[in-house]
Amino acid sequence: MTQTASRPDAGAQRAPLPLDVEVIRADFPILTRTVRDGKRLVYLDSGATSQKPRQVLDAERWFYENVNAAPHRGAHQLAEEATGAYEEARAKIGSFIGAPETEIVFTRNTTEAINLVAYALSNAATAKEPDFRTYAVGQGDEIVVTEMEHHANLLPWQQLCERTGATLRWLGLTDDGRLDLSDLDTVVNERTKLVSVTQQSNILGTINPIAPIVARAREVGALVMVDGAQSVPHQPIDVAELGADFLVFSGHKMLGPTGVGVLWGRYEVLDKLPPFLTGGSMIEVVRMEGSTFMPPPQRFEAGVPMTAQVVGLGAAVDYLQALGMDTVEEHEKALTAYALEKLAEIPGVTVIGPPDTVARGGAISFTVEDIHPHDVGQVLDDLGIAVRVGHHCAWPVVRRYGVPATTRATFYVHTGYDDIDALADGIRAAQKFFGTV
Amino acid sequence: MQLESMYQEIILDHYKNPHGRGLRDPFDAEVHHVNPTCGDEITLRVKIDGDTIADVSYEGMGCSISQASISAMYDLVVGKSVSEALGTGEHFMTLMQAKGDPAVAEKLEDELEDAVAFAGVSKYPARVKCALLSWMALKDASARAVSTAGGQS
Repeated sequence: MTQTASRPDAGAQRAPLPLDVEVIRADFPILTRTVRDGKRLVYLDSGATSQKPRQVLDAERWFYENVNAAPHRGAHQLAEEATGAYEEARAKIGSFIGAPETEIVFTRNTTEAINLVAYALSNAATAKEPDFRTYAVGQGDEIVVTEMEHHANLLPWQQLCERTGATLRWLGLTDDGRLDLSDLDTVVNERTKLVSVTQQSNILGTINPIAPIVARAREVGALVMVDGAQSVPHQPIDVAELGADFLVFSGHKMLGPTGVGVLWGRYEVLDKLPPFLTGGSMIEVVRMEGSTFMPPPQRFEAGVPMTAQVVGLGAAVDYLQALGMDTVEEHEKALTAYALEKLAEIPGVTVIGPPDTVARGGAISFTVEDIHPHDVGQVLDDLGIAVRVGHHCAWPVVRRYGVPATTRATFYVHTGYDDIDALADGIRAAQKFFGTV
Repeated sequence: MQLESMYQEIILDHYKNPHGRGLRDPFDAEVHHVNPTCGDEITLRVKIDGDTIADVSYEGMGCSISQASISAMYDLVVGKSVSEALGTGEHFMTLMQAKGDPAVAEKLEDELEDAVAFAGVSKYPARVKCALLSWMALKDASARAVSTAGGQS
């Protein structure tokens, strides 16, 4: 059943959805369970973590049941096959973002990928190998972020600055939830060593223009990192087009397992970075007096990796590619347009972030007049609707917009108009329950 | 709906008409506590006369549970000795760990007065910290007030 029929009482426009939601839902075992006394699960929290289709779960199970071994060690058949599965997934995940496999480093998640680079930049100052000092950050240098960042793309840089004596600077936000680039040329200057910016805000939904930031960074010789945690799962990305030096994202937000994230880095940059974590499998020669390291990506993958999870992420990429990332993006755009209209119909509801679908993804934060977001979330939860409440690990953003917290709904491939109708009805139920209307 | 078990009428009354709200002078200690997972905040002052909590004044920002809990706590602790008030706090903690067990609520009903209405909150682990925020702040502020008073004498 496709969800195109419009209800007679619905004012908001329902464009035909590009994805057949009912067919997709059948792939997600968790969507068959009920919550809070038999209610259908309306999962609008994919921005926190996505649910997993059977294909991903099957891939992990297949790995454990058939080829489980530590990759890149041992010469037995299982070790060979496990290495093959691991590297095949790396190539697949690389091609998903238009990158060769040599530029794909597996990390635990986006947070660890950002920390990897932040620690590499401070480790660079004391590296023995002269090449590894290329991107050293120290006193007088500047790191630039934005006020829109998730804590994961803020704290590692604050800490890097504290370790090295560098200065953290940031681009501000406009009142309508966009990056304020008016002082880009002064904030990003000759002292800037790295600019790290989110491609899509996890709280506002804003999609940021990366090109002008990259262009300015190139003028001053700064590196650029793009936080793709909320963009890679939801839109087609090609690193060549992006033009940045690093792109980071998490597997668990794109239908993949928890415990695997990705650092993509331009090879010539990765090649000049010292390691973050050291230990097994990242070494070339080890002596008691000192050791040398493998080239990227192995240099950054110390210890036995999360092999089954990487294989699972490979399956997630297959799943998304079969749907088509253009289609996924269009699907969410249609849902976002509908949701913004539905929310605008409810008196007392204010969307925090861009009010239309221009350069905007499907993360919709809102406040409900006179009801705290926790209380909104509690009523929604009682109706089986899972949303995120709080500051969304982006405390400076909620502070910037003068609200203590927000309620946030996020969409994905299994989201349909019925989910958004449930959300809108739930908000009205909260207003009724707390007597604010 | 299960909601009524959490949002008892008494809780909503305290939320809409909080008792003792506002920051007042004089005070012996002031603390600021936040709930880092959600951003709820409370600034709380205590005034102690001898061994008695003479006043608790506060400003807070947060959900109905956290705000109503401060109001109910105000009713419970003002006029009590510090050790009595903290003992009540311990019992409130016990209630919050009871996972909705009615026997625990029944046992504590006389002592906790309106605050026993928070029993329903204990069924929702994510919200327990909301109800406890004010009590944590009181514990902290009392300790500081007592240690300051001790230092002066």
